[in-house]
Amino acid sequence: MTAALARSLTERQDVGTERAFRAICLLAIALPLLLLVALFGGALIEAWPRLGWGFLTSYPSRSPELAGVLPALAGSAFLMVLTALMAIPLGLGAALYLEEYARPGWITSLVELNISNLAGVPSIIYGLLGLELFVRVLSLGRSLVAGAATLALLLLPMVIMASREALRTVPRSLREASWALGGDRWQTLRRVVLPMCLPGVLTGIILSLARAIGETAPLITIGALTYVAFVPDSLSSPFTALPIQIFNWVSRPQAGFHVDAAAGIVVLLLLMLLMNGTAIWLRKRLQRRIYW
Amino acid sequence: MKPIIALAVLGAGLAPATGCNEQSTLVRVDGSSTVFPITEAVAEEFQKTAQSVRVTVGISGTGGGFQKFCRGETDITDASRPIKPSEVEACRAGGVGYVEVPVAYDGIAIVTNPRNTWATSITVEELRRLWQPEAQGHVTRWSRVRPGWPDREIHLFGPGVDSGTYDYFTEAIVGKEHSSRGDYTSSEDDNVLVQGIASDELALGLFGLAYYEENRGRLKVLPVDDGEPDNGAGPIVPSAETVRNGTYQPLSRPLFIYVASRALERPEVSSFMRFYLEKSSSLVREVGYIPLPDRAYVLARERVDSRRTGSLFGGRGSQVGVSIEALLERAAEAPR
Repeated sequence: MTAALARSLTERQDVGTERAFRAICLLAIALPLLLLVALFGGALIEAWPRLGWGFLTSYPSRSPELAGVLPALAGSAFLMVLTALMAIPLGLGAALYLEEYARPGWITSLVELNISNLAGVPSIIYGLLGLELFVRVLSLGRSLVAGAATLALLLLPMVIMASREALRTVPRSLREASWALGGDRWQTLRRVVLPMCLPGVLTGIILSLARAIGETAPLITIGALTYVAFVPDSLSSPFTALPIQIFNWVSRPQAGFHVDAAAGIVVLLLLMLLMNGTAIWLRKRLQRRIYW
Repeated sequence: MKPIIALAVLGAGLAPATGCNEQSTLVRVDGSSTVFPITEAVAEEFQKTAQSVRVTVGISGTGGGFQKFCRGETDITDASRPIKPSEVEACRAGGVGYVEVPVAYDGIAIVTNPRNTWATSITVEELRRLWQPEAQGHVTRWSRVRPGWPDREIHLFGPGVDSGTYDYFTEAIVGKEHSSRGDYTSSEDDNVLVQGIASDELALGLFGLAYYEENRGRLKVLPVDDGEPDNGAGPIVPSAETVRNGTYQPLSRPLFIYVASRALERPEVSSFMRFYLEKSSSLVREVGYIPLPDRAYVLARERVDSRRTGSLFGGRGSQVGVSIEALLERAAEAPR
């Protein structure tokens, strides 16, 4: 009798804990979502009068109602493409080496430790490195390619770590199956491991790119400009980027520029959403091709 | 049309860069964020007349701008104060000769919250007592600034120590460039200071006159008395008029651009400079600053045309209470 009572009491308690935990989790998801909606909504309402095709296709101007983000938007877009082209092969290559080829030992551990540490280095340090290495030593100048190379360095640790995580999700049994069928290491990598980890790798890369698009400090350090009235047309072209343009408008005295800044923020957020959306879409699409 | 251009450009961008022949039609400007709006406006107009020339303007602060300029990395640098001795030395080391060109005036406004009923003006002496390094931890109440003002806390707002505004203010008020108390709320973004002062009854702060003009409803400006009756007796309210005629002293300052002598040999740079000085008096007003007297622009243009290098201020940094017109006249008459 008493045993049955005790059991029912613990059960009731469990239900209570369960509910409380659920509420906490709900709060944890609701808070950031609310914050995002409030931020985006606020910017959208302020930006509404300026948002339009004209804003996307105009050059910066001293009159707030004529100013647009074309050079900054193009600069950011080219930066992302170039950064991805540099960071993906290097990052994926490094991850493959560490996961598939490197023999475990103190050197490998040291390299791994350093990569995790690099991921936590403030972005302005990468800017200083980029200024010295790319702008001055390699004399690339204050150009688009120097900016992209700096951002690629910044992303590299994150890309390597995300790719390694993805590589680890491929079960060992599948590699063994491939070897059992006579596949060598290269064939196993190309036919089994890479296709299976690709969704994870791509998601990691696109998410870190979405972070990089909001970076300002390293770009300003390597000499990204503020007023550029042309779309960059070569790797050595001077450039500006969205966050720099937004920052400039925010700090102007005239209220009209603050509206431009809000509109710039909306454009930047939409670009980020687009990139994150692409990540999700790619993952879904690639996952469909995988059978266990 | 635009998306097609964008695509074409993307293709071109990914192809290896070919040569640097665009270098010759590029005018590279960098420097002060205070002067940026003027240069941006001039560049915008200039590009309408000279389509083949590309003008780029960066913001790395007056000091950061001189660093790049003296390494020969830019053609023109924006400066919200005259060049300092250390920068004169850097330019000499880098082999960069330059022509100093004043382009506008800016006033520094001393501002309080509109709910502040007690303060109606302030003297330079009081400002010095309030902002000098020794004031830190001592002058923390309004009553310490002027007897008769309430015994309540005073909350100070001012520019970040890397700005030209800070350099000029400390030179003009404390008497020593780059020296002040440190216990105040500082921001490089004047809009942050505006917000802070507009929401704090006990605030006193300073920033560029344009930021006061745009926020008149939320702020109260204090007239400043420099105690020298010969340039306007009593407290003077800052305005375009009082800054220009030299009565709002000592908180009116000239803004400059410096152009490299070697860059001036390139036709696109010299025509940009000519355009700059022609259009300044109207464009400066449009972006919220105060134009120099017309005669000063003519003299400045002669200075550029005759390639008179060096600083009107003898390379000693900020100086207070100077008339740009008089300095230019004197420099033009001096034997070369």
